[in-house]
Amino acid sequence: MNAHVEKVRARGARMRQRWQNMPRQVRWIAIIALLVFLYLLPNRWFYINLWYFRTMESDMATVLFETSFFVLLAVGLNVVVGFAGLLDLGYFGFFAVGAYTVALLTSPESRFDIGWPWLLAVPAAVAVTMLSGVILGTPTLRLRGDYLAIVTLGFAEMIRLYAARNEGIANGQRGIPEIPHPVPDLKGSDGQSVFGVVDARPYYWLTLTIIIFVILGVRNLTRSRVGRAWVAIREDEDAAQIMGVPTFKYKLWAFAIGAAVGGLSGALFAGKQSFINSDSFQLTNSILVLAAVILGGAGNVYGAVIGAFITWYLPEWVRGIGGALGLEINVAEYRILIFGAVLIIMMIFRPQGILPSRRRAAEFADRRQEAAPTEASA
Amino acid sequence: MLLEIENLTLLYGRIQALHGISLHVNEGEVVALIGANGAGKTTTMRAISGLRPVASGKIIFDGHDVTKVRADLRVIRGIGQAPEGRGVFPGMTVQENLEMGAYSRRDRAGIAQDLAMVFDLFPRLRERQRQAGGTLSGGEQQMLAVGRAMMTRPKLLLLDEPSMGLAPMLIQQIFEIITRINEQGTTVLLVEQNAQQALSRAHRGYVLETGSIVKEGSGQELLHDPAVKEAYLGVA
Ligand SMILES: Nc1ncnc2c1ncn2[C@@H]1O[C@H](COP(=O)(O)OP(=O)(O)OP(=O)(O)O)[C@@H](O)[C@H]1O
Ligand SMILES: [Mg+2]
Repeated sequence: MNAHVEKVRARGARMRQRWQNMPRQVRWIAIIALLVFLYLLPNRWFYINLWYFRTMESDMATVLFETSFFVLLAVGLNVVVGFAGLLDLGYFGFFAVGAYTVALLTSPESRFDIGWPWLLAVPAAVAVTMLSGVILGTPTLRLRGDYLAIVTLGFAEMIRLYAARNEGIANGQRGIPEIPHPVPDLKGSDGQSVFGVVDARPYYWLTLTIIIFVILGVRNLTRSRVGRAWVAIREDEDAAQIMGVPTFKYKLWAFAIGAAVGGLSGALFAGKQSFINSDSFQLTNSILVLAAVILGGAGNVYGAVIGAFITWYLPEWVRGIGGALGLEINVAEYRILIFGAVLIIMMIFRPQGILPSRRRAAEFADRRQEAAPTEASA
Repeated sequence: MLLEIENLTLLYGRIQALHGISLHVNEGEVVALIGANGAGKTTTMRAISGLRPVASGKIIFDGHDVTKVRADLRVIRGIGQAPEGRGVFPGMTVQENLEMGAYSRRDRAGIAQDLAMVFDLFPRLRERQRQAGGTLSGGEQQMLAVGRAMMTRPKLLLLDEPSMGLAPMLIQQIFEIITRINEQGTTVLLVEQNAQQALSRAHRGYVLETGSIVKEGSGQELLHDPAVKEAYLGVA
């Protein structure tokens, strides 16, 4: 089994090494090329040439926006699940809190009717979700084990049910309409607002930009003392504590940061859709984000990005192929079905995910070793 | 007195694991804590390091009452532990594991010095610096756990069965290392199944039976005590 571990590590290390051995300029050019590609992608004149890559049934820009949005969610959840090893099943609860905060602060239809601009409501939404994360995490993160999973699950369902039933604030099933789009004063050359109803591209560009900043922030965190503390907590919480790591504090940080990113996504969502009600916050979405993180390789930001990309983009793409062959494919249903199957297969053959962090790979190998009955300890 | 425990009781739910134990460790000593499986040795260690809250009683370390102090803060005060079952970080390399030991320290020079000291005590760890903790052999993990605890630069080192699962040659070696660590100025509280070795190297010892201390004395006294001999040394 040791041989297997070494192989996994060696392969990961080789790829990393090859990348790092490239001259600095080459690496920068590669990164910039990728970014340019991503920013150009939603333009029709650009993607129309990408025969095998583009979606054929649905609007490419819309799919890209949804995908980028899903990626943002996965990057946030990855901090909680991947870095700190906390099983958060109610991530969409924070998403809902963020979305409703924006809706209530901005919409003229909201009970409060204070009509803040979207841009001002976003930091408020992030603050409120972070606070709700702290409130939820403070009693729960002191406990070990599966409590957190159950509490977060309950939290997300509570928020959703409250939103569905509460008439006074959340407007029940009718929801909250007329949420303003981001920065309405920003006009394009045609005199229309850049952030409008029809064109999804600006929302994609906005989300992509946010993702880049969030990834940079997360990367810095993981390389700091905080990141080391998270790894230690994830691998062995007791051991982390007797190394002097204030485990509760860092778990709460991870949880709050994850919640904040969830809230930010919710704010974006509200700004794009202009309308929210409780149907936008189904439990399956929480599970889907989690599945994406695990699929991509928890603990690695880029793993989470790839996992989320595949989870959201692939079914749309398949639908396009199906359409070309004259098949009618229901994406929403197939998304869950395909990913159920893919996840099971992954758990058997590559439990560490597609692109795991170096450490995660070794952790999984270690667990396998523990599970192997033939291996006697030396 | 570096460590003093007064009348400590500890509960796991409704099960009482410690029934009011009292013991002390003087500065510079090696003290052995022996007892049968399930006697409460690990529980005692976890109470001292703060991983498990106590129901009543007092833990006084270095002149301060630390009974209610969080585990990570006790580390800073000078309690280092190599836990039972080693608890190395499987995904971190040997080097990273050792660096985790210095997590709460800022003195770069001191850390480098201690790292050299640990590699000196365990040359094997130096050879395996870049290997993942989880892929080390059991014996190597044991060394890593002890080395990592040393990296916290403890005043008191808690060792929970450091010889567990080691080959006889290595057992001898690890006890020699413990003696060396002690001679270099670290006080050691040692839990051991291997009572013979532990008592012959310890200044003093305690015998724990189902959550109570039933005997104490110098290492030599306990080694020659007929009851201890029969119960823990396998000689009638
Ligand atoms: N987490 C726990 N929950 C409930 N009971 C526990 C827990 N940990 C230990 N115990 C019980 O407390 C008692 C003391 O256990 P402890 O681990 O301290 O024994 P020990 O002396 O270290 O034994 P060993 O030599 O086998 O390591 C045992 O009866 C054990 O079953
Ligand atoms: Mg024990």
